[in-house]
Amino acid sequence: MELLDYGFMQRALLASLMVGLVAPAVGVFLVQRRLSLLGDGLGHVALTGVGVGVLTSSAPVGTALVAAVLGAVLIELVRARGRTSGDVALAVLFYGGIAGGVVLLSLAPRGQATNLDAYLFGAITTTTASDVAVFAAITVVVLAVVWLLGSRLYAVSDDEEYARAVGLPVLPLNVVLAVLVASTVVLSMRVVGLLLISALMILPSAVAQLVGRSFRSTLYLACAIGVVVSVSGTAASYYTGTPSGGTIVLLAIALFLAVTVAVALRDATARRRHGRRTDVHAAHPHEHGEGCGHRPVLHGDHVDYDHDGHLHAPHRTGTGVHYDEHSEPAVATPPAGRERP
Amino acid sequence: MSDPALCLTGATVGYGDVAIVRDASLTVRRGEAVAVIGSNGSGKTTLMRGVLGLAAVLGGSVEVLGAPVGRLREHGRVGYVPQRHTVSGAMPATVREVVGVGRLPRLGLFGRPVARDRAAVAEAVDAVGLADRLDDPVASLSGGQQRRVLVARALAAEPELLVMDEPTAGVDAASQAALATVLAQVSAAGTTLVVVTHETGPLAGVLRRAVVVDSGRLTYDGPLSGAGPAAGPDCHHPDEATVPPVRGYRLDQPRPAPDAARVRDGSR
Repeated sequence: MELLDYGFMQRALLASLMVGLVAPAVGVFLVQRRLSLLGDGLGHVALTGVGVGVLTSSAPVGTALVAAVLGAVLIELVRARGRTSGDVALAVLFYGGIAGGVVLLSLAPRGQATNLDAYLFGAITTTTASDVAVFAAITVVVLAVVWLLGSRLYAVSDDEEYARAVGLPVLPLNVVLAVLVASTVVLSMRVVGLLLISALMILPSAVAQLVGRSFRSTLYLACAIGVVVSVSGTAASYYTGTPSGGTIVLLAIALFLAVTVAVALRDATARRRHGRRTDVHAAHPHEHGEGCGHRPVLHGDHVDYDHDGHLHAPHRTGTGVHYDEHSEPAVATPPAGRERP
Repeated sequence: MSDPALCLTGATVGYGDVAIVRDASLTVRRGEAVAVIGSNGSGKTTLMRGVLGLAAVLGGSVEVLGAPVGRLREHGRVGYVPQRHTVSGAMPATVREVVGVGRLPRLGLFGRPVARDRAAVAEAVDAVGLADRLDDPVASLSGGQQRRVLVARALAAEPELLVMDEPTAGVDAASQAALATVLAQVSAAGTTLVVVTHETGPLAGVLRRAVVVDSGRLTYDGPLSGAGPAAGPDCHHPDEATVPPVRGYRLDQPRPAPDAARVRDGSR
C-alpha cells in the first residue's frame, strides 16, 4: 500500500492504532459514570502543560501529561469534598487550563506559537519516533491498569454510594480513573487534538452500548470500534487531505448514526414479525415466575402460566419480558375481558 | 463473634455539621431481624447511612460488628441493598456482572475471582430466584427482578450484617413474597438483618423486632407487633385496604375467584 511507504504515515497509523484502542477502554468507565465530558475538561488543562513545555523548550508531551494528571487529581479531590461549589471549581479549572495554554503559547518565540492548531485539532503526521515510544509506554500502562482494576472501576463508576458502603477504596479508584483519562488525553493529543479527544473516548462506547449485552463485551467492542474508526480515519485523511482528528470523529459519528438506525429497525421488525405470529399480551404488569400464584403448565419446550384460564408464555426480548397468549381459544373462553393487543 | 452486630451509644448522625438523628442508643445482637420504621423525613435513612459510613457520626459511638464504623478490617462483612428502583446504568451489564460487584469487597484490591467467588455469585443469584437469568442484561428484567438483583449483589459477599433500604417499596406482590422468602432463609442462616422501611406488612413474617424513629429520636424499641400503627400493613395507603377488589381478567394479582377456579379445573 502506498501510504505505508512513508515513515510519517507508518508512525501516524501506529499512533492512531494505540489511541483507538486506549481511548474507548477508558471512555466506557466515563460513560458508565455519566462523566463523559471529563476528558474534554482535562484536554483543556493539558493545553497549559503544552504551553509550559513549549516555553521551557522541554517535550510538550511530558509537561502536558504532568498538567493533565495534576488537574485530574485536583478534580477528584474537589468532587470528593462534595460541595455545591464543585461544579464551579471544575469550570474554573477547565477554562483556566485552556486560557493559560493560549497565553503561554502566545509568549513562545515566533514560529512555535503557530503550533496551537496542531494541539487543538491534532497533527498526526508530525509524530516522531520518540513520540511513538512514549505513546506505546502510555498505552501499555493504561491497558494494564484497566485489566487489573477494571471490575473495581466498574463498581465505583456504576454505584459510588454502594461501593463506599461496602468498603471499596472509592477516592483512590476515582483518582486512578482520572489519571487514566489524563494519560489518554495526552496520548490522543497528537492524533485527534485536545478539543476532539472526548469524542474518541465516548463515541465508540456509545456505539457499543447499543449492541452490547454485558459490560465486558461492550468494553471489547468499544475498543474494536475505536481501532477501526481511528486507523481508517487516519488513512482516509491521507487521501482526502483533511485533518485526521476531524475525519476520525466524523467517521465515528456516522457509525453511531448508522448503528442507531439499524438497531431501531431491527427491534421494530422483530416486534412486528412476532406480533403477526402470536397474540402479544400488552400491558401485563404482573410478573409470572416460580411461586407467583399461577399454576405453571408445561407447554412443549417451555412453561406457561395459567392466568385465570389463559396460558401466558414469558417471552424475553432484549428490552424486557412480555407475555404471549398460548391458550387454545377453545379451552379458554372466560366470559369477559379477552385480551387483544 | 460475641460482639453485637450493631451497637449505637448516644449516637448523633448527620451530614456536614447538621445533626439529623440525635442521641440514639441501640444494640442489635447477631442473628436478629430488625425493622427500622418511621415516616418520610423521620431520620431512619440517615440512621442507616450512619451505620454504613455514608453519613457522619457527629457524636457518641457507632460500632458495627465490633469495630467503629468504617474501621472494619475485612470488607464484605456488611451487605447493603440501596433503595434504587433500577440497576441499569449507562452501559449494558449482565446479572452476573452486577452481582459480581458484590463479591469484590472480599477480594481485596487486586484479587481476581476464583472458583469459590464465582460459585458465591451464582448461589446469590439462585437464592433470589433468578438463576435462569444469570447472563441476561439487567435492563431486560422487570423492576421487581432488578430489586432482587440488588439483594443478590449484597448476598454475594456472604455478609454477617445485611442492611436494606425500603426493599419492598414499589415492588409487586409476587416479588415481595419472593423477597420475604429469601430474607427468611438469610435470617435463618444467621445473618443479621436491618431493614429500613415504612411498610412492614410484606416482611412481617421475617422481622421480629422494630425500632421506630420519629423526628430524629428513637421512640420505640420492641417487638414488631407492638410498634403501633406504623407497623401495620399499608399504613401509608389506608384507602387501598378498604377498596373492594376489582373483579375481572385484567387484575394483575392472582386471586381465588370461583370462576377462575372452574376454568382451571376444566383446562386440565
